[in-house]
Amino acid sequence: MLDTILFNLIWVLPLLTVALCVPISRTQTKIIKRIHLASAGVILADSIYLVYRVFGLAMAEGIPQGNKPTLQFLTDFNWLSSINAHYIVGADALSILMVFLTAIIVFTGMLASWKIDHQEKDFFALIQILGASVYGVFMSFDLVLFFVFYEMEALCMYLMIAGWGTGNKDYSGKKLTLTLALGSAMVLATIFGIYIEGGIHSWDITKLADVHLSETFQMWAFPLAFMGFAVSGSLFPFHFWSPDGHSSAPTAVSMLAAGVMMKMGPYGCIRVAIYLMPEAARFWLPYIAYLVLFNVVVAGFIAIRHKDLKYITAYSSISHLGLIFLGLAAATPLAFRGAALQMLSHGFLTGLFFASIGMIYSRTHTRNINEMGGLMKVMPFLGVCFVIAGFAGLGLPGFSGFVAEATIFIGSFQNESTLIRMITILGILSITVTAIYILQTANRMLHGPVTHAHFKVLTDADPIEKTALVLITACLVGVGLFPGWISAFLDTSIVPIFANFMR
Amino acid sequence: MNDFASHSYWILLLPFLSFLINGLYLCRKDRKSAGILSIVLNGCAMVYAIVLAVQYFQSGMAPGKVLAWEYSFLPFTETLIASVGMLLDPLSVMMLVVVTVISFLVNIYSMGYMREDLSSGRFFSLLSFFSFSMLGLVIATNVFQMYFFWELVGVASYMLIGFWYHKPSAVSASKQAFILTRFADSFFLLGIVLVSYVVGSFDFSVLNALEPATAAFSGMIDLGFCDISRSGALVLGSILIFTGGWGKSAMFPMHIWLPNAMEGPTPVSSIIHSATMVVAGVYLVARLFPFFAACEGTLNLIMVVGCFTAIFAAVIACTQKDIKRILAYSTLSQLGYMMFALGACTVVGENTINTLGYTASTFHIFTHAFFKCMLFLVAGSLIHQVHSNDLDAMGGLGKKMPWTYWSSLIACLAISGVPPFSGFFSKDEILLSAFQNGHVIVFGVALFTSGLTAFYMFRLFFLAFHGEPRSAGVAHAHEDKAMTFPIVMLAIPSLGAGYFGKEIFARYFTPGMLQVPLATPMEHAAWVPFAAAGVAIVGIAIAWLFYARPYANVKHALDTENRSALYKVVYHKFYFDEGYYAIVREFLFGGIAASAKWFDDYIIGGLVKLVCVICQKAGSLVRYLQSGYLTFYIGTLIVGVLLWRYLGNLPV
Repeated sequence: MLDTILFNLIWVLPLLTVALCVPISRTQTKIIKRIHLASAGVILADSIYLVYRVFGLAMAEGIPQGNKPTLQFLTDFNWLSSINAHYIVGADALSILMVFLTAIIVFTGMLASWKIDHQEKDFFALIQILGASVYGVFMSFDLVLFFVFYEMEALCMYLMIAGWGTGNKDYSGKKLTLTLALGSAMVLATIFGIYIEGGIHSWDITKLADVHLSETFQMWAFPLAFMGFAVSGSLFPFHFWSPDGHSSAPTAVSMLAAGVMMKMGPYGCIRVAIYLMPEAARFWLPYIAYLVLFNVVVAGFIAIRHKDLKYITAYSSISHLGLIFLGLAAATPLAFRGAALQMLSHGFLTGLFFASIGMIYSRTHTRNINEMGGLMKVMPFLGVCFVIAGFAGLGLPGFSGFVAEATIFIGSFQNESTLIRMITILGILSITVTAIYILQTANRMLHGPVTHAHFKVLTDADPIEKTALVLITACLVGVGLFPGWISAFLDTSIVPIFANFMR
Repeated sequence: MNDFASHSYWILLLPFLSFLINGLYLCRKDRKSAGILSIVLNGCAMVYAIVLAVQYFQSGMAPGKVLAWEYSFLPFTETLIASVGMLLDPLSVMMLVVVTVISFLVNIYSMGYMREDLSSGRFFSLLSFFSFSMLGLVIATNVFQMYFFWELVGVASYMLIGFWYHKPSAVSASKQAFILTRFADSFFLLGIVLVSYVVGSFDFSVLNALEPATAAFSGMIDLGFCDISRSGALVLGSILIFTGGWGKSAMFPMHIWLPNAMEGPTPVSSIIHSATMVVAGVYLVARLFPFFAACEGTLNLIMVVGCFTAIFAAVIACTQKDIKRILAYSTLSQLGYMMFALGACTVVGENTINTLGYTASTFHIFTHAFFKCMLFLVAGSLIHQVHSNDLDAMGGLGKKMPWTYWSSLIACLAISGVPPFSGFFSKDEILLSAFQNGHVIVFGVALFTSGLTAFYMFRLFFLAFHGEPRSAGVAHAHEDKAMTFPIVMLAIPSLGAGYFGKEIFARYFTPGMLQVPLATPMEHAAWVPFAAAGVAIVGIAIAWLFYARPYANVKHALDTENRSALYKVVYHKFYFDEGYYAIVREFLFGGIAASAKWFDDYIIGGLVKLVCVICQKAGSLVRYLQSGYLTFYIGTLIVGVLLWRYLGNLPV
């Protein structure tokens, strides 16, 4: 019972914190920031405890038979009785790990944006609301609840980019929000369809999994739902929002957007689209593989040509997200697990990327790699963190990226279709391209002589920033060195999904 | 296996500890104690490895394989499990000793070499990281573990080449090295994925017991671009895996990174780019030798690649002036020797294979590691004294540095293959194996290369140590104790490793023990050793004639301008670097990447713009309808109702 309350608190606490801060004067920034950080810390601790709990419970039960993951801390009560919508939250391996990821990114994101200089009260409140909505997405097992959280998130994103962003922030914010809204509209259409076609007057995802939706419905609903979710996963051709969006967003928002929000797409794909409409999924996924080709192969090449750090990282995210979708499209148990691992791994990785980039940018005031140089001498700590992120990104063994990529490649190769094989092979060969753009960026930015005199006086990371970076690095290394338990843990929620997929 | 072996993970952990402590703490506090810590921990690892080796060979399990320990790292499926373990067999035990010994000595040497460098703490930390990853690679029980550490040594190499990251040349060399080996590794990874898919295992023991020709591998599999039979897939997989070694061992045409990698500090070149990491490719082939042998055609490819690299690099080495580059090309050439010796093993009958090449190659890994490592240390010593890499600035150093002089004479004789120095024994066996297996052309090329080796090594030797001093730096040159000690230590195995190692290698290092069908001993061609030694002596004599005889025209020897076109082409390394840059710049960056960006910016971006414009236009069209005039609204209402009634045939 206590655990269940703690679990529900994860998304409630941020909102409570915001409410708590409302009466505090906006000039008391220090107090406000500390309250928010403390609350994020509590949530982080809570989520770590819950991961531990769920791990214990799920591993004791073993991999569930049948098509339903065992949900821990299940909370189910009537919410909107006129449409039978319930408030259903629960935790299985996948969702609790994603919650943990979010908690880490929110916490470190707050640390990374410690120094923003205007409207701190609103900014931190928005981060909390954004966090709450993302937690909600990963926790909820009711389609209406899921969608409400899913929508909340894009709006916060817009406000934060437009309010605290840099560069062409208005345009980027609009582009991001409108594109995501398009995806949401597609998703909304399908979940209404699922409710009506399902005929059991329930929005409960696990209950709907037993329903065989009619194939004619599935045939049009699945692509709509999958692509709708894939918009936030920046699958080609809906990737265009992400480079602009990331580049204008403030550091914490970049971290949250790339680290967590982009994972909501594949999460929705696997949790809703593939899980509820397996017949159509089996038909459509090979076609979706064509789209993956762009993400996996082409995005890396585009990153080579860009000079703006955030654009490079955004395209790198697109190509890494492509690997998640490759795992989904390949649709073998191993590939699904690889996709889930990659969601987690890329969250840490890109969090570290954007955090270090944001900190470097706040010092140099330029993101053009040609204008930088020799920064390793000036700010060794930030430089090393960027290099760590880079190496984790190019799939260096010892970091989580390698584990995830290897699982995806080996898993996708088990799919015998010609197209998937081809994409897998191209994907494996394109790890060189990743190496090219990452080393090129690191070398131009960090190595060589110090190009500008005013760079020489810049300071290295302060303790707050160091804490943030070390925390994420620890996660990257932890998953990379001990992937065994996390894979086994993920299997407890991936295997039922796959069982339903093959029904 | 006893306790001692089952705790042998300490051999890895000690360097790793040194990396962590130095990297996280000591490197900024006290670089001297960082060096001492590194020496002590690597020394302990060395002692452990040597004791382990002695135990292994004495306890009677010698040619057998022992699994000292193994942990599951990442289970992919029930059966396909990536584990991390420690495999003890003659090959890995030999490499353990080589890596730890060389790592220990190079650490001592670095104390002297990096004395003035303010960031030497970082250097020691990275060096220990390299030792750790290399040891992990050596003890791998499966190909996945090998790939894991394979990448780590690549990163260690990247960071150490670019150690002086303020030097643009070092930075670009490190980038080139990493990307080129990474390119090869992507094929390696593909090979692992393919082979593990067909076989269902990563384990060396499983792979080495395969017989691709059997019915178990009959069906077809789809590779996306083409269909291929399962046995064909195994052959392809073996070639792909070899490609990893191809890049790591810098075989032609992926050789260009190795000479450029000489931008790193010399101790790094000594340990990574001559003695240990670059032989990883050869080690990989030796490790999977029965598998490669079972895949038809792979060994031939290995032989051709190795043989061509051997002579190609030797030719370039004859013209270079930078002593580290001469040694780098020499390393390439020697790696070529090791490769083609492995490839030269041919099937001579039903289920029989001549494996002399295997023995010879592993033997050459062993002897080469010592004398080449030592030659690099010598080069570093000279560079440290005269502050230049070029032979232009040397000459007459023999009198100033007698210990170094005599030690490097031993190493030069060893690499040239003069009896009774160590290189003679291994090189002789390599030549013999090529001859016995009937590869006459390869044998001829190898024999000629052997002469070239003697020539360019003694060109280096005479020009550096003999003659008149050619720069002021020579006058101040002196022996540095921390640097001379490892050099002299390495002179001992350079002298004796061949003679004393021959027995051990002949007895234990046959893949017959590694589950390959029986080896047939062949008739010994008695004249081959004499030919090998003779060629070497001729090479030395020619070098003496050109560079060290009284009144030799050294000035002309070092002149690179007034030369024939052919000499210039060779001096510029056949313009391979330029070719690579052209391809990468124009084709990869300018062609593919630029058009990808163009597609994304203009086609995708254009479509997005188009959708925006359509929405806006549609909006403004509808806007005109909302004019605000009541008459217009009523008019449209009436027209609408009429149209509804008469065109739509709907009830009024």
